[in-house]
Amino acid sequence: MNILGSLFNSSIGKKILMALTGLVLVGFVTGHLLGNLQIFLPPQKINAYGHMLESLGIGLWLVRFFLLACVVVHVWVAIQLTRENSAARPMNYGVNHTNRASLASRVMARTGLVVLAFLIYHLLDFTFRVQHPEWSRHSFALADGTLVRDVHTMMVQGFSRPGVAFFYILAVGLLSYHLAHGVVSLVQTLGFKNERWTRGLECFARVYCWGYFLLNAAIPLAILGGWVKAHV
Amino acid sequence: MVASTPAKKLFSVTLRVWRQASPAQLGKFVDYPAHNVSPDMSFLELLDVVNDGLTVSNDEPIAFAHDCREGICGTCSCTINGKPHGPGKGVATCQVYMRSFQAGDVIVVEPFRATAFPIIKDLVVERSAFDKIQQAGGFISARTGAAPDANSILVSKAVADLAMDAAACIGCGACVAACKNASAMLFVAAKVSHLGLMPQGQPERDRRVLAMVQTMDEAGFGNCTNQYECSAVCPKTITHDFIARLNRDYVGALFRSKLQPVSASAGGGA
Ligand code: SF4
Ligand code: FES
Repeated sequence: MNILGSLFNSSIGKKILMALTGLVLVGFVTGHLLGNLQIFLPPQKINAYGHMLESLGIGLWLVRFFLLACVVVHVWVAIQLTRENSAARPMNYGVNHTNRASLASRVMARTGLVVLAFLIYHLLDFTFRVQHPEWSRHSFALADGTLVRDVHTMMVQGFSRPGVAFFYILAVGLLSYHLAHGVVSLVQTLGFKNERWTRGLECFARVYCWGYFLLNAAIPLAILGGWVKAHV
Repeated sequence: MVASTPAKKLFSVTLRVWRQASPAQLGKFVDYPAHNVSPDMSFLELLDVVNDGLTVSNDEPIAFAHDCREGICGTCSCTINGKPHGPGKGVATCQVYMRSFQAGDVIVVEPFRATAFPIIKDLVVERSAFDKIQQAGGFISARTGAAPDANSILVSKAVADLAMDAAACIGCGACVAACKNASAMLFVAAKVSHLGLMPQGQPERDRRVLAMVQTMDEAGFGNCTNQYECSAVCPKTITHDFIARLNRDYVGALFRSKLQPVSASAGGGA
């Protein structure tokens, strides 16, 4: 069996795959958030940023394909691990006792599923723009006169729908909770964690997850609250 | 003059015990009231007393596993009130005393539950899956013949201490029983680390970790989700840091085993 086969077929291999794909996706959602925060700057900033990403062409598609592959592996391996884990304990204890497993660690599959559902909706809504084809029009003039897509208006209009804004906040909230276990867990799985610096790592994870949630939630809240307005 | 021992207050508890006559039969909880319990009795002694009563009344005594009764053999194995080895930190079931309980308590006693540890009878489970894992790699090859000079292989104090921490594992299986996924990672991590840290363990280091993990997977244990329930109940307080070390060791061994050149005569005699 080759290395990839062994990774997909052994317990530790599967955990390593979960950790590595998780790490890539944590990196992605962090970068995605930093990009989105440009909504608080004048509209040309985020529109120029969106244009820059789209002009990467094939490069953008390679990155998208890689990210999609990470999501598929993360979900696929998670399903396998979950099935194996429930088969390993077919009968529960009469007394259900937890020593120290955090709640976040015990609901990973459930938080993950909601995030996955949101991801699919979000891609259809903002990346493929199925409901609002007009968001694909190149209607915004940058300083040098280039006409680009108006990402700013798309976000403002998108999050002016309270239902969508609520789903978004719920999803980033559950994602942050997912990461509260995931970020620390992946370091353990990759074999770098030990008691000597666990406290520091847990502290970092807590700050990261709260920061990630609050900054993300700020975007739809600012739009709903009227602090970020449509520029046209 | 010898001070007289103050009389200990005796109390009553109810044992709610899992009874299952055989692997094929369905099990159920049965209540056994126990009176005149001394706080100085060990938990297993209480089971002995209850069993005496059952024997006198011609009932089948409760089957439970035990041997050394001093926390070193790893034979005792009950789950008490949902926690393998019961209340207390760093103790095996045989080291649990009745002073850990209150008068009137209902104490629920169950076997370790895992697919890889099938129930034999009542509280006794089959833990030979651990033996299979050990046989797959939990050994070193040593030179026989005349005894080597003492201290001819140097081991630093730090490494010796760490290896000794891992070597303290008594193979009881509580880590599996406590894990939400019935994973055996703490046991395997302890065995792999204990030998892998020592110079004598180096020749088989890669083969050992690969074989032990493969045997663990085949035995039907679950997968670790880094919740550390295992180390919380381990009677030898073995740390889950060894699991991180196992992960690292495994990946290194996997890559070396696939990418390293092998001799053209590999597998030949001599
Ligand atoms: S690691 Fe601890 S709990 Fe697991 S078998 Fe060894 S001694 Fe028992
Ligand atoms: S009976 Fe030997 S460890 Fe408990």
